Amino acid sequence: MIRADHISKTFDGREVLKDISVEFDTGKTNLIIGRSGSGKTVLLKSLVGLHEVDKGLIFFDDTCYTKLGFRERKEIRKDIGMIFQVGALLDSSTVRENVRLPLDLFTEMTEGEKRDRVNFCLERVRLQGADHLYPSELSGGMVKRVAIARAIVLNPRYLFCDEPNSGLDPQTSVVIDNLIHDITKEFNITTIINTHDMNSVMEIGEKIVYIHEGHKWWEGTKDDILLSDNPELNDFVFASAMAKRAKSVAR
Amino acid sequence: MIKLFENIGRYFMLMGKVFSRPEKISIYRRRIWFEIEALGFNSISLTAIISAFIGAVVALQMAITLESPFIPQFMIGYATREVMVLEFSSTVVALILAGKVGSNIASEIGTMRITEQIDALEIMGVNSASYLILPKVVATVIFVPLLTLFSIFVGIVGGYAIAYLTGIMLPGDYVEGLFYCFEPFSITYALVKGAVFAFIITSISAYCGYYAKGNSLEVGRASTRAVVAGSITIMIFDLILTQIMRV
Ligand SMILES: Nc1ncnc2c1ncn2[C@@H]1O[C@H](COP(=O)(O)OP(=O)(O)OP(=O)(O)O)[C@@H](O)[C@H]1O
Ligand SMILES: [Mg+2]
Repeated sequence: MIRADHISKTFDGREVLKDISVEFDTGKTNLIIGRSGSGKTVLLKSLVGLHEVDKGLIFFDDTCYTKLGFRERKEIRKDIGMIFQVGALLDSSTVRENVRLPLDLFTEMTEGEKRDRVNFCLERVRLQGADHLYPSELSGGMVKRVAIARAIVLNPRYLFCDEPNSGLDPQTSVVIDNLIHDITKEFNITTIINTHDMNSVMEIGEKIVYIHEGHKWWEGTKDDILLSDNPELNDFVFASAMAKRAKSVAR
Repeated sequence: MIKLFENIGRYFMLMGKVFSRPEKISIYRRRIWFEIEALGFNSISLTAIISAFIGAVVALQMAITLESPFIPQFMIGYATREVMVLEFSSTVVALILAGKVGSNIASEIGTMRITEQIDALEIMGVNSASYLILPKVVATVIFVPLLTLFSIFVGIVGGYAIAYLTGIMLPGDYVEGLFYCFEPFSITYALVKGAVFAFIITSISAYCGYYAKGNSLEVGRASTRAVVAGSITIMIFDLILTQIMRV
């Protein structure tokens, strides 16, 4: 479980997160949705501590993360996997080295065990053949998938994904969504996903939080979301003409 | 002015992070090797070219300046050696490196910052400052003194070559001068300077890159700042070291 308690974040006098309180459940795919620029990335980075919040507290299960020092946070971070919006692979390392790095740094595994673990993770994201390539030689979708493999290599307890399928074709998006969903269930992870893709919402959204201009505007399940009469949420959800028509037909 | 102090404070805080206990020594050993190759070996040819020319120019200049029946010819070799050992090799090697290695480090780390690679390391629980910067610092502090020795050697050979080629003096006199009044401590002095300058270049340029923010334009600026700040700091420390280590 990850809980934010009245958190606010300001950049140069501009308040980007405004008093957000929200709880994300263990073993579920929790989705944060919202328009571009609404503050999803800032929220995600604040939760993991890449941005320091100005006000409020953040809890990882029973630990108050906000109050921990650098060293104690490091311990929790070993349980965190994160997929960045841009991938953030190390440019000077190959795919294999990127995925292997956490194993090198934090485990006492033998070479053979590491190799098996890396192969296993690369297979999960269907990248067995690409392990010797450098990030600059990968397509955008492949970068995302390597990032996922790297995020899960240490069996994290918390998984953060910033738009894991933006820029991917619809088919691969579904594959990635399902992959994240399966991993979440299999290992009982607390997963938080930023997205503005309604397909993902309908596909794997178990708990959905809608952020609007830095406020938590709405939260609920994917069944609630279609029935909600919150105007801003509706604008977001039924943004496309086709979705609007579908809704009017359904009524 | 306030900004300068702010930067200095942040610089020392970063160094604190860089020198906190590393995650795993074996990984660091591998990375130090890698950096010695990337930052050190790649600077050898540039150092060789510039040192040879400066050695030749210094010898030539000395020969012209000291052209007098009252000054023995071997003084040219002596003067060339002194200039190379005491000042040129350590300082100018450091300045060349500030341009080459400094901008390289700042743009590499700056790019890692703006493409969130540093954030990714932090999230894994890696001390990114130590992981990225420490191997570079260790590599250059080991390698630059060696490069300084190499530069002294090449510079002196350059002087010999010009003596031999132009016939401006007898090569034998030049060699005699090289050993005239030789003070072994001056080599130690050159090595210490090399190590200090290496630390300055690497840590300052890493600092500039580490705190880059924004886009690729900012990375370019960070790398320019690294070269400027690195060069100025080297000159200041050159003065300080010359004063405290006076031979
Ligand atoms: N480091 C920063 N410094 C200053 N302002 C920032 C910073 N990061 C984000 N912002 C601002 O915060 C707001 C929210 O940005 P954020 O990246 O969270 O949007 P987002 O919801 O993730 O959008 P997208 O869907 O496009 O990724 C933006 O207006 C942005 O300008
Ligand atoms: Mg974002």
